[in-house]
Amino acid sequence: MKISFKLNGKPVSLDLDPSMRFIDVLREVLHLTGTKEGCGEGSCGACIVLMDGKSINSCLLPVANAIGHEFVTIEGLKETKEFDVLQKAFADRGGQQCGFCTPGMIIAAYSLLKSNPHPSEEEIRAKMSGNLCRCTGYQAIVEAVLVASKKGEGLW
Amino acid sequence: MKEFKNSSPKVDFLPKVRGEAKFADDISFPDMLFATTLRSTIARGKIKEIKLPDLPEGYYFFSAKDIPGENVVNIIFSDWPVFADGRVNFIGESLGIFVGKDREFLHKLCENTVVTYEEETPIFDLKESYIHKAFTKGNYEEAKKKAKRVIKETFETNYQEQAYLENQGIIAYFDENDKLTLTGSMQCPFYIKRAVMRSCALKDDQVRVIQPAVGGAFGGKEHYPSMIGSQVAIAALKLHKPVKMCFERFEDISYTTKRHPSHSEYEALIGENNDILGLKIRVKLNGGAYKGCSGVVLSRALIASCNVYIFENLDVVGDVYMTNTVPTAAFRGFGSPQTIYAMEMFIHHIAKEIGVDPLELQYKYIAKKGDVTTNSGHFHDDIILKELMEKAMNMSDYKRKVVEYAKPGCNKGIGMSVFLHGCGFTGSGESEIINGKVKLIKDENDHVHCFASSVEMGQGNETTLKKIVTNTLGIPEEQATFNYPDTDFIPDSGPTAASRTIIIVGFLFEKCAKHLKEIWKPGVRQEYVETYVGPEYIHWDEATMQGDAYPGYAWGVNIVEVEFDPITYQVSIINTWSTYDIGRAVDERIAVGQADGGLVQGLGYGYLETMNFADGRFKNRSLSDYIIPTFEDAPHMETEFIDNPFPYGANGAKGMGELTLVGAAPAVSLAIESAIGKKLQKIPANPEYLMEVMKHEN
Repeated sequence: MKISFKLNGKPVSLDLDPSMRFIDVLREVLHLTGTKEGCGEGSCGACIVLMDGKSINSCLLPVANAIGHEFVTIEGLKETKEFDVLQKAFADRGGQQCGFCTPGMIIAAYSLLKSNPHPSEEEIRAKMSGNLCRCTGYQAIVEAVLVASKKGEGLW
Repeated sequence: MKEFKNSSPKVDFLPKVRGEAKFADDISFPDMLFATTLRSTIARGKIKEIKLPDLPEGYYFFSAKDIPGENVVNIIFSDWPVFADGRVNFIGESLGIFVGKDREFLHKLCENTVVTYEEETPIFDLKESYIHKAFTKGNYEEAKKKAKRVIKETFETNYQEQAYLENQGIIAYFDENDKLTLTGSMQCPFYIKRAVMRSCALKDDQVRVIQPAVGGAFGGKEHYPSMIGSQVAIAALKLHKPVKMCFERFEDISYTTKRHPSHSEYEALIGENNDILGLKIRVKLNGGAYKGCSGVVLSRALIASCNVYIFENLDVVGDVYMTNTVPTAAFRGFGSPQTIYAMEMFIHHIAKEIGVDPLELQYKYIAKKGDVTTNSGHFHDDIILKELMEKAMNMSDYKRKVVEYAKPGCNKGIGMSVFLHGCGFTGSGESEIINGKVKLIKDENDHVHCFASSVEMGQGNETTLKKIVTNTLGIPEEQATFNYPDTDFIPDSGPTAASRTIIIVGFLFEKCAKHLKEIWKPGVRQEYVETYVGPEYIHWDEATMQGDAYPGYAWGVNIVEVEFDPITYQVSIINTWSTYDIGRAVDERIAVGQADGGLVQGLGYGYLETMNFADGRFKNRSLSDYIIPTFEDAPHMETEFIDNPFPYGANGAKGMGELTLVGAAPAVSLAIESAIGKKLQKIPANPEYLMEVMKHEN
């Protein structure tokens, strides 16, 4: 079936099995491997992408439900000013160790700051609890989001 | 927020944050095929027949009869077959792999295969010991004659799943020179190389292993990749095509190695003046179906069985038991989290029994420089444990809170653990068995290339090892490169394990850089290789387990503050304070990252992460039923380091990767005890266990 959506600012039109998971379309059909699969059931957040500006788990989305929507993956986000602020904050606070959860974390943090430019530590922990990290113990990521909120004043 | 001193940009940061770094499953090759494992569905028995479905063209099945070399996974004790041959010993054991183009179709092939077995009664209890170790110190039986009372307790610890975010995955392919090459999620490139050489009957120059980006390991990728590496290599060799096998989460949780569950019996002799005259310790570990590295795990468990305390008389025995379950193996801490938990709980319980302040009892027995260790070796270096304890207590206002939280009904608690971790391989293994080597090459442009087999898996060693080199040479960090290990170009500096990367490999790089500095000629290509020589005063007898167990020790203190909900029995961790002696941090930001991550993983082990086992299999199949700490579970953490430079470490640095995990479980358990006023003897201290404890008087 023909499936069209917008990805990282560009229209995409593909002939696909509509039951295919969106993550597989990204990784296997379009070779965009920045989106990672950690659990395949929406509990780890490594596969988070933006759908119409909101973060979703791409492993839970059948591609049929992507029709007509607009998506941003890490490959698109990395060209933005907001990404630059976030990546610097993650580097500064040590918010990345093995890096496998990082693209998903960055997108979740972006989505959080866009809806709440000045989150408290508690709000960050609550809103990002769908993203798992086994390396950092989370504190460095919480601090990175706080730093990005401040340094990116006006961007969010 | 903490200001980080002496911290450098993380070398691998940008490609990872931008999603450009290639992890195992991000790598593909033209003509690449996938592999899926056919697994045993019974826990113990003989395989009578494997009836395969019709295989369409381009689909293949490989099993024990296709192995060109030996059918064993090359581990410390090589008893685990690459593919089951004739019999199976646990549910999930590999019978063979299906290989072909379509991943989904491979699952169908597995489903449509009929395996008939002659079932045998599986063993799930700890009754068949297959590894036994014992040692003594002083004379426990003599001491018993002087004892006025004997205190006995039993402690239990459960499985723990590594739960690295990236599942296991390996690809075998042929490089530009048609050489068999393996890449994928790993900790020890040379372990995989040697395993493939053995199972595929290949020579040293016929196998190459290259590390890609690795998404966490925590010990779980120390040995297991040697098995799946052998499996895909066998298929790739037969088909002369690239073959990839990447696990899904349920497969990784269900069938890959985990932390050994333990059952420890501790007995203390109490003398006239409330002295602890000696301890009798019996440790039982569940090793699962195959021994693998369990003997070494048991060694570490026993060596750590008195934690930081010095007792004159000891009688220590440990066993690993064969059960028809998924084999247990390496996990951050490697046997010591189990016994350190038991000892920390025990000394607090003893203090309560004999009516002494626990802190007073701890101070009486904590190790000092020159003391005779549990294994009758010596602590050769300065020990600053008291200083670490006092600093952590000041940071947390510990003494006031202990009194305040003892009031009934306040449902808050605070607990402190003190602990140590021996860095590097046991005894003189580093100089006698591993013989680690590193290499530096300075090119014509005076750029320095660092070569070692240490794998960057999140712990930051690409940054720290390179930094040790540039600091020693006195050159800017940009003037050196540390690439992912490729066995065709690197010397074997040993596995990325045992908290040895900084204390051993880092020390080697420092020595190597010192030599390079001495012979440095601008504009000329120069090369230098350094081989590890350990401190001469380290002597160890493996047979009797007597002597200096490790080249050096790192030390730590964790204080944990909790809130307890008496209705739901849920525990929330509010705050933690930690102090560590890691010699001297190479990079403070990375060191704090290790401290935070290790602590949270250890807290998960102590109060949250619950593996449920029934009828030969784990009931947990995913990250939604094996719960690891989330943003909301993890506490606020304060961490301080006190410098205590180690003479045999790079610029004084010791190991810390495992140290930061081993004290968390007792600290959170003691905090919960303080909140509920009851004695705990089991981890995880989850709501089910706490409910049980609250309903019983003790």
